[in-house]
Amino acid sequence: MSSETLFRRITDYAHRADPYPLYAELREHGVARQEDGKYLVGTYNEITALLHDPRISSDVRNRTEPDPDLQPVEGLPPAFIGRDDPEHDRLRRLAMRPFGPPHSPGRIDTLLDDIARIAGQLADGLRDKERIDLVEDFAFPLPVTVICDLLGVPAEDIPQVHTWADTVVSGLDFAPGEDPGPRRRAAHEARMAMGLYLGGLAEKRRGRPTDDMLSALANDEGPDGRLTQEELMVTAVLLLIAGHETTVNLITNGMLTLLRNPEALERLRKEPELMPRAVEELLRYEPPVQFLPQRTPLADVEVGGVTIPKGVPLVLVLASGNRDPLRFADPDRFDPARRDNVHFGFGSGVHSCFGAPLARLETQIALTTLINCLDGPRLLEDPPVYRNSPVLRGPRHLPIGQTGR
Amino acid sequence: MSGETRDGRIVIVGASLAGLRAAETLREEGFEGELTLVGDEAHPPYDRPPLSKQVLLGRAGAGQCGLPARRELNATWKLGVAATGLDPLGKNVLLADGEHLPFDRLLIATGTRARPWPNPQEGALEGVFTVRTSDDSARLAAALDAGPRRVLVIGAGFTGSEVASACRERGLEVTVAERGRAPLIGALGGTVGDWATKLQRAHGVDLRCGVTVTALKGTDGRLTGAELSDGSRIEADVAVVCLGAVRNTEWLADSGLAAGPRGVACDAGCRVFTMYGIVTDDVFVAGDVARFPHPLFEYQLIALEHWGNAVAQAEVAAHNMISPGPRRRPHLAVPTFWSSQFGLNIKSVGVPTFSDQVVLAQGTPGDRRLVAVYGYRGRITAAVTVNRAKWLEHYQRLIESAAPFPPGPGAADHLADSEPVPSDVPDPRVLTHGPTVALTGHLPDRRLTLIRPAG
Repeated sequence: MSSETLFRRITDYAHRADPYPLYAELREHGVARQEDGKYLVGTYNEITALLHDPRISSDVRNRTEPDPDLQPVEGLPPAFIGRDDPEHDRLRRLAMRPFGPPHSPGRIDTLLDDIARIAGQLADGLRDKERIDLVEDFAFPLPVTVICDLLGVPAEDIPQVHTWADTVVSGLDFAPGEDPGPRRRAAHEARMAMGLYLGGLAEKRRGRPTDDMLSALANDEGPDGRLTQEELMVTAVLLLIAGHETTVNLITNGMLTLLRNPEALERLRKEPELMPRAVEELLRYEPPVQFLPQRTPLADVEVGGVTIPKGVPLVLVLASGNRDPLRFADPDRFDPARRDNVHFGFGSGVHSCFGAPLARLETQIALTTLINCLDGPRLLEDPPVYRNSPVLRGPRHLPIGQTGR
Repeated sequence: MSGETRDGRIVIVGASLAGLRAAETLREEGFEGELTLVGDEAHPPYDRPPLSKQVLLGRAGAGQCGLPARRELNATWKLGVAATGLDPLGKNVLLADGEHLPFDRLLIATGTRARPWPNPQEGALEGVFTVRTSDDSARLAAALDAGPRRVLVIGAGFTGSEVASACRERGLEVTVAERGRAPLIGALGGTVGDWATKLQRAHGVDLRCGVTVTALKGTDGRLTGAELSDGSRIEADVAVVCLGAVRNTEWLADSGLAAGPRGVACDAGCRVFTMYGIVTDDVFVAGDVARFPHPLFEYQLIALEHWGNAVAQAEVAAHNMISPGPRRRPHLAVPTFWSSQFGLNIKSVGVPTFSDQVVLAQGTPGDRRLVAVYGYRGRITAAVTVNRAKWLEHYQRLIESAAPFPPGPGAADHLADSEPVPSDVPDPRVLTHGPTVALTGHLPDRRLTLIRPAG
């Protein structure tokens, strides 16, 4: 089939359970121009070069032809994920201050006990169940509880926050043929509502800080000053959504992969110290963000022998780069002990994942807890039913049965 | 691997970062023979970068900087014993305690030490410090804790600038005396040095450039101040001598190896040369003490006092020590280093002094974030970032592929009117018609040199 239709085929829901043959086809073609003028890149070295190239913009306002799927919300500035330096750097630095080193070196470490406790409680609830839905019963509530706790969202508001987050994420979906208007409008409204809610929480804590990130964002001041109220709103929405969906998929894809590779599961049961490396392999093998759809060259950029023109949509297929045989030996094999595993699971370059240390820790704890508590787990459906999104790809439900129950 | 290379006796002289990482790599790659590490300090291997930063700020104790052991080494450690000589024919390392340590293969990783104050009596005054070892740093941190009225820093290279930064952060008065016209000029050139001048003054450093300290003064064995070449006098109760490093090669003086004040010369595979320029095959070198040819910098022998180089070179040296010829690798890592001072993170890739021009590629000078790119004869040879380290990988690619200088426009934070200016470093010695050299490949075993004849 023509390489010009690859993007259409990758986003087609029919290929959601296994897009990897399409990625192999993409790598064969190198840089692939699509029928609508998009450029797709799926080889490791070329993706690395582009992720680190300061001429590649993350701000879709730099597109020559505006993309209706990627319009910022009216009335709110784009979050730092959709901006370029120097503004990107200022906003990200301000958001990072209360999250990690050098200013908050202990933030993630102090969550360790909480994460283990929440994971343990959720796992206890699975013990006597004959049929588990890993997504609803475990993979979803764990990271959502953690991110809400971290930001300072009260427990009673979590269901409302979840409804908003779901609507926002479904607004990101690619669904060829369908009128995206209503879905997109609903997403914009949800984003605005969430922003106002989080902004309101932060406002209440101005001058009366509690020990959470919203308080810190509202009160702390560094060399770059402080976020404006609008910036705070979009940043908090971004952190909440990013800390929501991706980790759910990472944990779910992790259990799915381990149940498909029983020898790896057995090995991790015997050698729990391998878990950090196994999570890295998972990030390579089934990354929760499959591709980055919103890059744009600010100049004609040459890569892989092709000149990508200024202003065109550029799509970096991270999940394909992760399976590039020129970079990873035997790339389609899940090897929990793999070394030299510099994957794109968290992207790379200036936009590399803000929450990576948290996601790593959550997933390591989640999978260790599940391996220890599940009794002879097996997949009840393979492949499972997937969510719609080809970008934030993961099962909607993951039914698991236990031996003897 | 053949049995011959897997067994036998390997001695590593130098038990700091390069020595430790080499030992780990040897075991990692299957060396099963006897492994001995010799170090002149009594401490197990520790990390030096924090000694001029976090330790001086009191955020970490000097004793808390131990390097993590990444694997079981099954090695014999001889710590607190210096090597005093090498018998290359009998294949023995001579130790200060009189022991003769036999080896089949030897790795030299003795590094450098702080250049002492040239006048030993003045240098022995209480209140005069250098910063190189853990003990040095612990003593200086204690002296800063005591709240001196003024600290004099002699030399404004990276160590001197970091010490000055730590003093200001502690609220101490500090005078910096630098012989050059600006701080950091030796590593980054005058143009970036001028920026560093403004940075230091903005942070309240009493910066005196173009002067030398001619004498340290004391009463009753305690430092009281210093005299400068411009006739002025500084009252100070602490002086930190930051005059660079001396390579620890004296113990090799009679070894017949190409070892001297500029380091121990080796080939691209870390094998040491004899004084006649003949390569040995059983003596290897890595880390600060090594001088090695780098194709990106016209095969000049370069010596780097960089953390990253110590690690990369130690890994290559260890690999080559236990690999047959065709499986050996060249040490082609592009140099990188970092510094943190005055609240900024400064990082570099390439060799900034190997340049004739520099351009501000991203950011603005007044901003707390920028990328300066260095070029030599129309190709990119280095980049320095301030608070923008994540862009370095891009510039490393440009350096490795001998990309044209200045880099093209298009960066989102590129200033339209930014033009190359002289980098203001001494002209590197060059061939008249040098070939253009690029490194190929991204994995260690695929890194090769590609030479394109000059057109």
